[in-house]
Amino acid sequence: MDRSTLEGDPHSILEAMTIAGYAIGASKGFIYIRAEYPLAIHRLQVAIGQAHDLGLLGDDILGSGFSFDIELRFGAGAFVCGEETALLQSIEGNRGMPKPRPPFPAVKGLWGRPTVINNVETLANVPVIINKGADWFNKIGTATTKGTKVFALTGKVNNSGLIEVPMGTTLREIIFDIGGGIRGGHQFKAAQTGGPSGGIIPPQFLDTPIDYESLAKIGSIMGSGGLIVMDETDCVVDVAKFYLDFTVDESCGKCAPCRIGGRKLLNYLTKITDGRGTLDDIKQMEAISDAMCKASLCGLGQTASNPVKSTLKYFMDEYLEHINDKKCRAGKCSKLIQYKIDPAKCKGCTLCARKCPVNAIAGAVKQPHTIDQTKCIKCGQCEANCKFGAISHG
Amino acid sequence: MEQEMITLEINGKTVEVPKGTSILDAAKAAHIKIPTLCYHPDLKAGASCGICVVRQLVPSRNPADNGKLVPSPKLLRACCTEATQGMHILTHDPDIVQVRKTVLELILANHPSDCLQCPRSGSCELQAIAADFGIREVPFPREVIHRDVDNSTPSIVLNSDKCIKCGRCAEVCQQMQNVWALEFIGRGEKTVMAPAAGVKLAESPCIKCGQCSAHCPVGAIYENDETSKVWDALRDPEKICLVQIAPAVRVALGEAFGMKPGSLTTGKIYAALRMLGFDKVFDTNFSADVTIMEEGTEFIKRFTEGGKLPLLTSCCPAWTDWMEKYAPDFTENFSTAKSPQQMLSALAKSYWPAMNNVDPAKIHVTSIMPCTAKKHEIIRDENMKSTGYQDTDVVLTTRELARMIKAAGIDFNDLPEEEADKLLGTYTGAGTIFGVTGGVMEAALRTAYCLITGEAKPPSIDFNEVRGMDGVKTATIDIKGTKVNIAVAHQMGNVEKVLNQIREDRKNGVKPRYDFIEVMACRGGCIGGGGQPCLATDEVRALRTKGIYTDDEKSVLRMSHENPEVQALYRDYLDGKTGAQGGEKAHHLLHTNYKQLDVYKFGK
Ligand SMILES: Cc1cc2nc3c(=O)[nH]c(=O)nc-3n(C[C@H](O)[C@H](O)[C@H](O)COP(=O)(O)O)c2cc1C
Ligand code: SF4
Ligand code: SF4
Ligand code: SF4
Ligand code: SF4
Ligand code: FES
Repeated sequence: MDRSTLEGDPHSILEAMTIAGYAIGASKGFIYIRAEYPLAIHRLQVAIGQAHDLGLLGDDILGSGFSFDIELRFGAGAFVCGEETALLQSIEGNRGMPKPRPPFPAVKGLWGRPTVINNVETLANVPVIINKGADWFNKIGTATTKGTKVFALTGKVNNSGLIEVPMGTTLREIIFDIGGGIRGGHQFKAAQTGGPSGGIIPPQFLDTPIDYESLAKIGSIMGSGGLIVMDETDCVVDVAKFYLDFTVDESCGKCAPCRIGGRKLLNYLTKITDGRGTLDDIKQMEAISDAMCKASLCGLGQTASNPVKSTLKYFMDEYLEHINDKKCRAGKCSKLIQYKIDPAKCKGCTLCARKCPVNAIAGAVKQPHTIDQTKCIKCGQCEANCKFGAISHG
Repeated sequence: MEQEMITLEINGKTVEVPKGTSILDAAKAAHIKIPTLCYHPDLKAGASCGICVVRQLVPSRNPADNGKLVPSPKLLRACCTEATQGMHILTHDPDIVQVRKTVLELILANHPSDCLQCPRSGSCELQAIAADFGIREVPFPREVIHRDVDNSTPSIVLNSDKCIKCGRCAEVCQQMQNVWALEFIGRGEKTVMAPAAGVKLAESPCIKCGQCSAHCPVGAIYENDETSKVWDALRDPEKICLVQIAPAVRVALGEAFGMKPGSLTTGKIYAALRMLGFDKVFDTNFSADVTIMEEGTEFIKRFTEGGKLPLLTSCCPAWTDWMEKYAPDFTENFSTAKSPQQMLSALAKSYWPAMNNVDPAKIHVTSIMPCTAKKHEIIRDENMKSTGYQDTDVVLTTRELARMIKAAGIDFNDLPEEEADKLLGTYTGAGTIFGVTGGVMEAALRTAYCLITGEAKPPSIDFNEVRGMDGVKTATIDIKGTKVNIAVAHQMGNVEKVLNQIREDRKNGVKPRYDFIEVMACRGGCIGGGGQPCLATDEVRALRTKGIYTDDEKSVLRMSHENPEVQALYRDYLDGKTGAQGGEKAHHLLHTNYKQLDVYKFGK
């Protein structure tokens, strides 16, 4: 959503940065942006040019005696380069690896000088607040979290897209009012906020007002403002695995808990979704998640285990089903699915045997057929083609 | 300046420490040891392992608690977090210990754990901390990401399978040594420590100083072990096995046998080498004295006859390598004198056999050095074959010698002391101080003073101006009215600023501000060498340095030119002349030359 702000209203960010520069006495600002966002880059460049022409950037802005300039710096798209110390390293031309804090950037930042780092959405609020006043702004939101929040609402909702809501709006309002409820008449199962390292929130918290504190309390984060809605056809273990896969790939590799712990968590999740999990795996995952949170250097490692921690906390029964019963109730974990032919319904038409790409189905004509589970690749062709509804999976 | 002090509480104990102290060091002051793995006191905390986590007690946010201190759920890294006034720190509680243990188990799960065959078994920090935590089994499946061993240099071996990514070696190579041969390559679990651009160490800017190996907590970078070559030579009845030991070895070898750093073990080393089977035991301190004759007269010649100044010392092959790669504009400033190791070997295969009537073809010279760069030096060019043979056959580091002594079952600690062998074994105090930063300069000044003034000895035999651990030491020495400007630099990364001063003088067309510059690549000089017992800190270096100066002080003769064996060498073999004085034999055997090297050897 930051990209759409940059594409749609780049001047709001230039204005906010200039104000911020004025406030702290800085003369130079940088916008760090992924090189893969050409439209946003183009529009920012145009806007910077216009601002220069109008005397809103550069020397002696509007005759105020204050000079400020803004430069774009392109990132190669490494997730960790969004972490503030890694971001500074990247701007300086070094390897984008986080550094210990303190010293915080505000004390010792870019090239050792005090540096303020803000997110696009934060900055976009600044001109509005200055124009309309703090009292106006403070009226929006909750007691502790003021203002609005933009979410990228996606997943199994009827209306997906970017939404802006006052802080304190509940998940139920977002999903069922704005999002128009769950697609295809399915059941709401969980929501995930905050990007790849957010927690997965179960239905009992649908009425929680969303602000920083309450999200933290239920094991998730505001993060990037992603909001993904899941229904009963989503498997939470599989979802946790999906996110871990991302963070393992994006770990910078500096610290042991994140670099090694993330990979081990992913391996355990894979083992469980493959039907090879054991109860001991859960114990190890809990220990690793805790160590990653507490001993990782930066936000990436500290939060990467949130999807695992939150699903272990709220959806333990599904983990146990995967481990003990070798079952995935959502039918997502393909290794746990079994296709079965009901002998009472099977007419022995041989269609399924002919459709099966790996010849896993055997049986004489007009006799009930059977599936060789060791050969089956769970493609579902048989079930889709059986005219008698004799084949099902679970 | 008055140091500002702060007070804080660690585990309920109040400590007072200077502002800027880390939580780790503040805890040390309170006699509490926080476990660490990636941290090394020589280096800025890289904060990569996460073992040193501690908990801060912070005022409760719950109004009912009335500001009571409660444990913060977040942990801090003690190695890189500055202690602040009034801070409350808890270094151990069951939760912290569990987190540390899990992190350790994760590291172990990705480690080969073949300690029995590891060069660092017994001096490995990972092994030690695993023992401290009582790790008996690792609960996570083992996964070692394999990469081929880099043994492209004769000096050091990089086995990245064992690397725990602490980052020390890169910090050493880049910041301490200003070489930039090593860097983290790749990201996430694919991160490896290696030279840039996928080249091997031998094609990289590496100067083979071995400082990475002396700082690596585990067996991921270590000396190229050549002990088997020496065992083979010792077993060969045809070979006459000669051996030399460098100055710095005698104050460090004892550490491998539980002695205090700095324990002077010269006589024991001679005895142990004979027990190992060496036929003659020589001392590089002797050839250090020869170096002073050669380099000293070279300096006097340049200084009095208007030759190229400043003269740069050439005893340290890692420094030579660095100059040839990074500062070729100083090639002509380099002393042409070989290093003491190469001088001794050249004499051991020429002078010694001539005097003893033996066939030099049968001679095998082993050299025991604090240094990994010397392993490379012996094959650097044709000048290292000045006798018609490879002058030095094998270089062993202090660490390798320790292993040979242990393997041979020699009770080193109780060994009666012996003397070195004749002709190449006697040394003066000036020769022994080659092992510390400033030593070559001090030895040269002692002799230069006498040669220039014709006096028997300088007013003070100690030149304190060149001693100590400052990265760059400068002084003007008054030799009876003649002023000699000198600079002494150690730890490769400190050298460039001195060279830049000279470059500035050159640009301005003025007389260079220094006449004579000593450079040693390793921190503290060779006592802190890359082949010495691992993990030395400044405390250890200080003790080793003290050992060297003790050896100097107890020497009867403390100036190189007074060494009777050196005098005999020039009288009986080198036609009474050093290389700089026109001695052809000396020039041939004891001098070398330099060339520019590529920083990277791509596709060559
Ligand atoms: C792994 C990681 C990735 C991040 N990525 C981004 C990002 O893409 N964009 C961003 O604005 N902030 C990102 N952040 C947060 C920033 O580091 C920083 O805290 C934030 O931009 C500060 O701005 P704010 O205080 O205005 O929110 C990331 C943080 C972490 C730990
Ligand atoms: S937590 Fe992960 S991403 Fe962050 S510094 Fe450590 S290894 Fe890098
Ligand atoms: S031997 Fe010295 S120069 Fe080579 S990689 Fe190690 S620290 Fe760097
Ligand atoms: S090679 Fe050794 S010093 Fe270098 S990062 Fe690996 S473990 Fe650390
Ligand atoms: S200072 Fe000494 S030990 Fe270090 S590289 Fe030079 S000669 Fe070798
Ligand atoms: S010792 Fe502090 S992070 Fe490794």
